[in-house]
Amino acid sequence: MDTSTLAIEVNGISKSYGTVKALDKVSLDVRRGEIFGLIGPDGAGKTTLYKILVTLLNADEGSARVDGLDIVKDYRNIRSRVGYMPGKFSLYPDLTIEENMEFFATLFGVTVEQNYDLVAPIYKQIEPFKKRRAGRLSGGMKQKLALSCALIHKPSVLFLDEPTTGVDAVSRSEFWDMLHNLREQELSILVSTPYMDEASRCDRIALCNTGHILDIDSPKHMVEKFDGKLYGIKARDMYGLLKNLREDNSITNCYTAGEFHHLLAGAGFDADKLKQNLVAQGHSDVEIKPIVPDIEDVFIKLLSNE
Amino acid sequence: MSNTHFIIQVKNLTKQFGTFTAVDHITFEVERGEIFGFLGANGAGKTTAMRMLCGLSYPTSGSGTVAGFDVVKEGEKIKRHIGYMSQRFSLYDDLTVMENMELFGGIYGVKSRKLKERATALLQKLDFFEERDTMVSALPLGWKQKLAFAVATLHRPEIVFLDEPTGGVDPITRRQFWEMIYQAANEGTTIFVTTHYMDEAEYCNRISMMVDGKIKALDTPTNLKKSFNAASMDEVFRILARDAQRGD
Amino acid sequence: MIGFLKFVKKETLHILRDSRTMLIALLMPVVQILLFGFAISTEVNNVNVAVVVPKWDEQIRQSINKLSSNPYITYKGAIAEHEIDRNLRSGRVDAIVVFAHDFDRLMTQWKQNGNGNAAMQFIMDASNTNTAQAGAGYLNNILAGELMQSNSLVETHMLFNPQMKSAFNFVPGIMGMIFILICAMLTSVAIVREKETGTMDVLLVSPVRPLTIILAKMTPYFILSCINLTTILLLARFVLGIPMSGNLSSIIVVSLVYLLLSLSLGLLISTIAKQQIVALLISAAVMIMPIVMLSGMMFPVENMPAVLKPVSAIVPARWYIDAMRKLLIQGASFGLILKDFLILVGMTLALLAIALKNFKDKLE
Repeated sequence: MDTSTLAIEVNGISKSYGTVKALDKVSLDVRRGEIFGLIGPDGAGKTTLYKILVTLLNADEGSARVDGLDIVKDYRNIRSRVGYMPGKFSLYPDLTIEENMEFFATLFGVTVEQNYDLVAPIYKQIEPFKKRRAGRLSGGMKQKLALSCALIHKPSVLFLDEPTTGVDAVSRSEFWDMLHNLREQELSILVSTPYMDEASRCDRIALCNTGHILDIDSPKHMVEKFDGKLYGIKARDMYGLLKNLREDNSITNCYTAGEFHHLLAGAGFDADKLKQNLVAQGHSDVEIKPIVPDIEDVFIKLLSNE
Repeated sequence: MSNTHFIIQVKNLTKQFGTFTAVDHITFEVERGEIFGFLGANGAGKTTAMRMLCGLSYPTSGSGTVAGFDVVKEGEKIKRHIGYMSQRFSLYDDLTVMENMELFGGIYGVKSRKLKERATALLQKLDFFEERDTMVSALPLGWKQKLAFAVATLHRPEIVFLDEPTGGVDPITRRQFWEMIYQAANEGTTIFVTTHYMDEAEYCNRISMMVDGKIKALDTPTNLKKSFNAASMDEVFRILARDAQRGD
Repeated sequence: MIGFLKFVKKETLHILRDSRTMLIALLMPVVQILLFGFAISTEVNNVNVAVVVPKWDEQIRQSINKLSSNPYITYKGAIAEHEIDRNLRSGRVDAIVVFAHDFDRLMTQWKQNGNGNAAMQFIMDASNTNTAQAGAGYLNNILAGELMQSNSLVETHMLFNPQMKSAFNFVPGIMGMIFILICAMLTSVAIVREKETGTMDVLLVSPVRPLTIILAKMTPYFILSCINLTTILLLARFVLGIPMSGNLSSIIVVSLVYLLLSLSLGLLISTIAKQQIVALLISAAVMIMPIVMLSGMMFPVENMPAVLKPVSAIVPARWYIDAMRKLLIQGASFGLILKDFLILVGMTLALLAIALKNFKDKLE
């Protein structure tokens, strides 16, 4: 057995569907015991990469290892070591919570009792409803059941494909708390999400878009290495403000971001001068302040640089 | 009739399914030209409330008007005077961009000459005129969403309902999308939007938060953050939804 | 093995919880058998017959007596010659027997010499060819049978189904169709459903072999079909009164092979279809139609145009229906259906091989 410190190694994986290139020479490493986030919008190739890594699809080129095993040669062995939670709700809606759990345990030749300790923190929350059919559970409960089912055979690597999509903010936050508890159990987790604000809950992240990886780093470092000064700006007429900002040559980029627009300062930028100009152009209640970039700002900058 | 100032005005709107009260006496107003965020946890009753406002479902009790029409008696009229766009269904994949515009414009009774003019103008504004004969299935998701919004406003509705319009879209496209919303609002269209992205809540002029069928809070994002002593809308949402009893 | 049984338990739960489908699967054979056995019938009963008699005599009276006492004939009385057309057109009668002017003399001549001129004429309403042919046949038998027999020139015996009951003919056909429906259609839909819900992905990403998944899926449907086989055979024997003179174990062995064949077909469909609706359409269009049209269930294979005969040869149901007809109705021995049996076994093996080869443990 390979005793490497890497849970997942991906080397130059490409995959095309017809003329569409879903993955273009993707490489990344996931260390043991870390939560690695694959962050990007729909069409970034996240699901394709998952299907290749859990040995459901063959890549067109490149190689990868999961838990030290080659995804092509050792695919059968990989299958007993990974836990996989696909993006779609993948439980049997006509079976009860208990029946689903038992079935997935059987699938991997274990019993629920054997690995109860591992799933207990999550499963206990839904156990009172164990006679209820999975189809009648709320979004958050379904998610907990799916995670319990993916964990029941004590996998060494956990693959979670968009587990929080379509789930409300409270359930999402709870879900991330559960993942952090699991990391204590020395589980390696590859998790994907289209919600950029979840990046901070990962140890390291890969930002990806249309089959490419834009950057890999810890979320903290990724924000720290953002070069350029970012400002938040608001006024009464937000749409008119945006138009006027676009005309200013000292601004590299500006975009909507909620209460404040974000603007990336270019050569010769002067905040006070800008404010005066804007007031002269008829804007009222102008407020401008330096801000710390978040992952979305990083993502936008990386995309604009391409 | 006070609908000159308010485009939506509902009082004690309630929807019951058997013994289950999906929407429980909600009362609120939306001003003309405002971007109104309609937020809530899964199963809070957002979708049911929105269906009633769009004239798709009858309220069990309560009253109100949307775009000047009665939500109880004039559902059909409401449907003709609003725009609607959802993440799940927006455009036909096997029709071209122009064919989709002609279809939906036609459904809302836009005359074909006017329709051509407006569609052309909209596509040019989106910098998308070159792609008018492209099959929608061949477009990137972000483009589809922008196009769907354009289609939803083709008949110049006074109010557009957007049901999670930006799910799964990349950040740049999402911002471009919000720019379109700002522009539409700037031109006087009222925007009624639901979203799961809490940071998007901050784009809205005012926000309502639904929990267990009731509206628990309604104010500007700034005031909400202030009154809940929270740093972000995400936090406000978590404080409010923490005690929710229902899931979807 | 314990794992396999758990798998089967899960599949059984799926079926039991979908009570509507299960009810249809169990009731369909019963309804079809009863429908074809009683309501729909191609046998001709109650042929309405009138007679035209130019001159009454004893011979004619005897003949009319024979007619009116026959269970398949409804005697409508004598009419005048000019009323023939009106009676047939109005549908009051299906057939008219016109006796010759010198019927008595002609019949005597026939009895003595075995030849002579025509003694009577049958005028049939042939707008329904089936009724007309059968009716003419009855009349021939009743009125002229005595003559024919006395000369032993031709002797017709309706063997195996002396009353020409159509249910006898349909039961094998229904069996051929029901098993395809239940095994192939329901199995393929059940497998494709897992593809649609995404659970198939999780199953494939487990150490379980695809063969286990498949066998476990098939088992409950196989059991369901065995229940149906029992129901059909019991109904056929005790409700329809089919003799089942053949060897019961032969019937069961051939049927089990056919069940396996249907299951393999379902599996093959499930490897092609990605959505439940596609699986249903393939089952209906590719299987049910050929069974009804080409298997000999409705239309005899012998009557098919030359181009269609080879096509009918690849419809499995044709061989099964043929074998069942021989076993259930003719009471044939196993040796006589050996050809059908071997063809079915061959087809099963071929289908299963293709299906298993197509069923991959990856997505493409």
